[in-house]
Amino acid sequence: MIEFKEVSKCFGSVTALDGVNMSFAAGKIFGLFGPNGAGKSTTLKLAIGLNRPDRGVVLVDGKSPLDNKQNMAFLPEVDHLYSWMTLRQAADFMRSFYSDWDEEKYRELLVFLQLKEEMKLSRISKGQRAKCKLLLVASRQAPYLFLDEPLSGIDVLTRDEIIQTLIRDFRPGEQTIIISTHEIREVENLVDEVVFLDNGQVRLYGDAEELRTQRGMSLLDIMKEVFRNAN
Amino acid sequence: MVFDSGQPIYRQIIDDYQKQLVRGELQPGDKIPSQREYAQTHQVNPNTVQRAYREMEAMQMVETIRGQGTFVRVGGAELQRIRMDMAAEVLEYFIEEMRSLGFTQEDILQMTARALGQKEVEADDRV
Repeated sequence: MIEFKEVSKCFGSVTALDGVNMSFAAGKIFGLFGPNGAGKSTTLKLAIGLNRPDRGVVLVDGKSPLDNKQNMAFLPEVDHLYSWMTLRQAADFMRSFYSDWDEEKYRELLVFLQLKEEMKLSRISKGQRAKCKLLLVASRQAPYLFLDEPLSGIDVLTRDEIIQTLIRDFRPGEQTIIISTHEIREVENLVDEVVFLDNGQVRLYGDAEELRTQRGMSLLDIMKEVFRNAN
Repeated sequence: MVFDSGQPIYRQIIDDYQKQLVRGELQPGDKIPSQREYAQTHQVNPNTVQRAYREMEAMQMVETIRGQGTFVRVGGAELQRIRMDMAAEVLEYFIEEMRSLGFTQEDILQMTARALGQKEVEADDRV
């Protein structure tokens, strides 16, 4: 479980998170939704320990995120891989770095995602690069998986493949996935629970199915309504 | 099957299975896909599928035998009851909608009869 207790984070004069309280129970898929600048990326980075809160506390399984590093896999929005590497070299790097590397899963996903190890990361398409990023992070057995805009700017067919991969590999009850995304429509069927962030504050959160039942709307429509009322 | 994001998905999974049962596409004793298989083929969160399957077990529509899979349970009278329940839901929605358009009970009966009668005429034309 990941807990945010009265967490505030500022970057210069910008308040990214403003005294938020959130909790992410283990074993589920969470959708972190909200407009640009809402605080989604900051939330992910605080959960992983890449940043520390200015106020409040972030706990992962009751401990500091830094004590849980080996349990976490992060897929950032930016291209974090060395562009001169081939997929094989990037995999070698990950393999040597992480003890929870699953070689069998890697081989299986290589085929499923139709990627070739000889691919040079700088030469392939955006969609293929997105799949490579996913492959490398999904080939680990990490209990916590954080994805920051994994579908952004990716063509529709590749998006489908990415979502299929996430569903295939998700270990319900054992694995926790937090996805920060704008593409709410694509992940409607994927998320167990949702958090709607806006201007560093939590506007709404809850179980996706319960929200649908209560409001008779899709998550996308709920978000539009929540933000329309906020303004 | 395409899911309507405006309605709870687990309910739609159950409804879909009920329809298959009612139409005879699934028979008692038939094996349905595992939760994992269903999640993958329909692109749905496995937790949602679990919720649906659990409720179907609670409704005694299906039963899971460890190591073998999940099998359809219901048939006969039970099935007819489900069929009637589903029909009642459709009728309730239909009547409410027609009333909201301002039609009286008489109107509704007549229009329905005509619509059904028309359907029969069309069927004959096709033959």
